[in-house]
Amino acid sequence: MTEQGVGASLLRKEDDRFLRGRGQYVGDIRLAGMKDVAFVRSPLAHANIRSVSAHEAIRGQVVLPADLKGVKPIVAVSGLQGFKASEQPILAHDKVRQVGELLAMCVADTRAAAEDIAAQVDVDLEELPAVHDMLKAREPGSALLHEHWGDNVFLETFVDVNFAAALDAPIKVTREISTARQNMSPMEGRGTVAYWDSRMEHLVLYTGSQMPHIVRNGLAECLGLDQVQIRIISPDVGGGFGYKGILLPEDICLGWYAMRCGHPVRWLEDRRENLTAGTNCREHHYRITGYADRDGKLRGIDCEATVDSGAYSSYPFSACLEAAQVASILPGPYDFPSYRCHTWSIATNKCPILPYRGVARTGVCSAMELIIDAIARECELEPHEVRRRNLVRPEQMPFDNITKKHFDSGNYPEALDRAIAAIDLPSIRVRQKKGEADGRLIGVGHSVYCEQGAHGTSVYAGWGIPMVPGHEQATARMTPDGGLELRIGAHSHGQSMETTLPQVAHEILGIDTRKIKLVHGDTEYTPYSTGSWGSRCAVMSGGAVATASRELAGLIKKIGAHLLQTEVDSLELSGGQVHGANGSVTIEEIAHTWYRRPQDLPAGVDPRGLEVTIGYKPQRDSGTFSYAAHAVVVAVDPEMGDIEILDYVIVEDGGKLINPMVVDGQIYGGLAQGIGTALYEEMNFDASGQPLASTFADYLLPGPTEVPAPRLDHMETLAPYTEFGVKGIGEGGAIAPPAAISNAVNDALRGYGVELLRSPITPRRVLEAIQRSQHNQPARQLQGAVA
Amino acid sequence: MKPVNFDYARPKDVAGAIALIGDESRTVKVMAGGQSLGPMLNMRLVQPDLVVDITGIGELKAVTDQGDRIVVGACVTHADFEDLRVPDVTHGALPSVASGIAYRAVRNRGTIGGSLTHADPSADWISILSAIGASVTVAGPAGSRTMSVEDYMLGALEADLRPGEILVSVSIPKLGHGARWGYYKSCRKTGEFAHAIGAFLHDPERGASRAVIGATESKPIVVAAATAFIGDGQGDKPAKGFDANATAKLLEASGMVDQIDRQTHVVALRRAIERAYPA
Ligand SMILES: Cc1cc2nc3c(=O)[nH]c(=O)nc-3n(C[C@H](O)[C@H](O)[C@H](O)COP(=O)(O)OP(=O)(O)OC[C@H]3O[C@@H](n4cnc5c(N)ncnc54)[C@H](O)[C@@H]3O)c2cc1C
Repeated sequence: MTEQGVGASLLRKEDDRFLRGRGQYVGDIRLAGMKDVAFVRSPLAHANIRSVSAHEAIRGQVVLPADLKGVKPIVAVSGLQGFKASEQPILAHDKVRQVGELLAMCVADTRAAAEDIAAQVDVDLEELPAVHDMLKAREPGSALLHEHWGDNVFLETFVDVNFAAALDAPIKVTREISTARQNMSPMEGRGTVAYWDSRMEHLVLYTGSQMPHIVRNGLAECLGLDQVQIRIISPDVGGGFGYKGILLPEDICLGWYAMRCGHPVRWLEDRRENLTAGTNCREHHYRITGYADRDGKLRGIDCEATVDSGAYSSYPFSACLEAAQVASILPGPYDFPSYRCHTWSIATNKCPILPYRGVARTGVCSAMELIIDAIARECELEPHEVRRRNLVRPEQMPFDNITKKHFDSGNYPEALDRAIAAIDLPSIRVRQKKGEADGRLIGVGHSVYCEQGAHGTSVYAGWGIPMVPGHEQATARMTPDGGLELRIGAHSHGQSMETTLPQVAHEILGIDTRKIKLVHGDTEYTPYSTGSWGSRCAVMSGGAVATASRELAGLIKKIGAHLLQTEVDSLELSGGQVHGANGSVTIEEIAHTWYRRPQDLPAGVDPRGLEVTIGYKPQRDSGTFSYAAHAVVVAVDPEMGDIEILDYVIVEDGGKLINPMVVDGQIYGGLAQGIGTALYEEMNFDASGQPLASTFADYLLPGPTEVPAPRLDHMETLAPYTEFGVKGIGEGGAIAPPAAISNAVNDALRGYGVELLRSPITPRRVLEAIQRSQHNQPARQLQGAVA
Repeated sequence: MKPVNFDYARPKDVAGAIALIGDESRTVKVMAGGQSLGPMLNMRLVQPDLVVDITGIGELKAVTDQGDRIVVGACVTHADFEDLRVPDVTHGALPSVASGIAYRAVRNRGTIGGSLTHADPSADWISILSAIGASVTVAGPAGSRTMSVEDYMLGALEADLRPGEILVSVSIPKLGHGARWGYYKSCRKTGEFAHAIGAFLHDPERGASRAVIGATESKPIVVAAATAFIGDGQGDKPAKGFDANATAKLLEASGMVDQIDRQTHVVALRRAIERAYPA
């Protein structure tokens, strides 16, 4: 390892601007003559539209549904059999299906003035019964969102692998486990600036996006434009987490308007729009049964999983991304012989469900890990014993599990053992017996997950959604002074790629990372890519940069061979120089010669010069399998229901870490979000489909004082199919915490004989559970407790 | 989330402010720290024609010592208490409670007068000042009036301000030598408004023994003779004598129907009392 290469904890290049407040986000872009947009949004969750109109004085500044002639709705179909497509209108015309749906667009010199106009647009709606409960929505007789479907089911899937064989197991444990509807809450909301560039004859759309090329696909389809007529620029992105992977109707509206109005227009989402109209995710419900032998050996799992997919299938991930994945990933890191899973993706009058960091896995991990703990209680075993008995073992690797997931490598039991050792389970058991002076109850919990990342063509072709990743491309291009530009089509929204990808190139070319620049976030300058999602960039963009760098190394050596008057094969590239038997030449000299002194090169020089664009796929594209064991100690206040995290340990295996510091950062951030899922975040709706939080006063996020500093431990089992053995780890931190924390709380409350099976675990839910408990025999007599 | 267009005035004295507020031809809103008003403006829950910013009025930022009490201007900020720019006459009660309000950024601007006038039942000042026995003075076209803080708060988001009046000062008694206080607030995260508050004061020198249960649906419940809950408060561990059932009954009688709410409020008060008598 060099100081700058793969494996170095190089400080982040991007921090120089971020920490000085010099980042450039959509909100920082000021264009001459730019006007602001405010949308008129539906106040109702489900209604027929009688009319939307604007009086004469404001009509010129208002775009109404009827104005958008020829604009196509957003359609994101999954190729899975039986999937029912929805049409997400750009401005709703017949019906609204969620609060916040767009009805009209208002344009003025300032956002405040645009809001003044929006307040004058006349909206006449006829309210319909709202579908707000996904389980009831499955039942016959429910109100319907998309009437022609005949029900509210986007997709239903069923899988049965030898399930009947589990039925005679001596242990059978059934639980209903659920996760709340959440909002992914990037610090920066969505925002778009659009204008028509009359010189280039294209529509320029600045939008903070994880996947600019996919936005271009979708925009071209909806607006009926050629792709050369669209340029998407994604500047700095203040957090995405999946939300900025979505094509929004707002983007289409702005693009359409910018082509007609003669000036730039801007929409900056505010927090109320973000919370009430934009960012729903996560709502899962499981009815799950675990079958096991008395020693905790799993015989089978049976599950009915329902996901509240919201009103529309969002582009490009579709409405079934979560539920349909549940069936294939529920078994998690465990090896068992019988399995049955039935899933439903349900349409309700809520915002479309969007993929949030840890897509589907967070819910799945909760369901599986809570049922493992329940089995352990039933068998009177320590939960970690049950886990160890069922985890995929290192000698089975590579391993194809019951749903044909291909585990590439790893030692899961070791991760668990290390986590249990680090959390010091025996001393906590002793402490629990002693009791706490302050009357709180201590609990310890853990969870293990695996994170399939960078899964490619073979996996996504099966889903058949509008976006199937193929080869990931990178361009590596030398500058005349021996510097290097890397161009990729994915885009960083916090992944530190401006630091890590130069590290990859440095590893191969030896060029100082200060002279390597990453160009990304602009369809005009970068090769096509499906973008940043699915924990794929280190593997895919990293692999592409490695491949391009190796190609470039060959070209550098060719020119070096001319300059050194020797055979290419005898040359070696290291330390930024090409070395031969008779001497060396620097990469700078080689670049200078190619660009500035071509007269020094022979006629037969390789015309490709010093620029390469090339695609990359791992040897197998079924995905890398990173994994981790989380262990946590909590203290539960049985009088107030408050939960404090006392200790948190994460042992994770991300294969080769390109930059361990960056990986730690990803884990910290993911953990914070996982704690949000576990304890705080919840978007509730009333029976009429109204979202009940519109500010962060009502939608609670964990803050700095609620997120502990975890203790991290890394294992490095190299992935067998990728460059350097890298595995995707971007989402993992957010997957395991709800399960581990729930298990810890349930451990703390063992004495009451209650389990909390719904996240977030709020103080009220804790107190209600204690109240419900049959054996109200706490460890310590509660002083002053009220009967 | 942008406010409607409004005019802005920043008078230099109380009389000037009262004159502006008295203009009945238009909707006028007083602004102090803006920490509660700002969000309401942005969400257009209030749509004033004129905002009168009172933070330029020197008198409203003054602190005067009046022997047995200090009088604090309405625009003194939470941070002024936290940082002891306001002399502490409460054995640490007010600086401690102030430091637990919201986040520092909010405390830098948010004012004691704004908090009391906004009259959020979950706010901290109303509960601790009721326990301490503070009073407020308001001034308006018809002169000034003085009342206890708990009387100033009429109910949720409602203060006893007549048209044209502003809150000018808060009068805080100096606690006696042997005085003990305790405060407990239950919230899920730093900076969140409370779900239950208990505040307790026992000041033998001044003959005061007060208990407050705050963060209810409406104004805090103030018990002016807290000995009802803890006996005479003479033993070394008065919290031991805490009567949870009597407290719960009181809450029930005040309309708190939910049993879990009652439990958390009772526990908050008990813990406040325990904090007044640390081990
Ligand atoms: C994120 C956040 C968290 C918070 N957390 C807490 C908390 O934990 N505990 C807590 O107690 N508070 C909390 N607050 C509220 C905060 O303390 C505010 O400072 C306080 O509620 C209002 O004070 P202000 O000076 O900002 O008043 P403003 O917002 O300026 O005004 C509030 C209201 O009072 C009126 N008003 C203000 N001053 C006067 C006056 N002198 N005479 C007449 N009318 C007046 C205004 O017209 C307005 O209606 C929080 C606020 C925020 C934004």
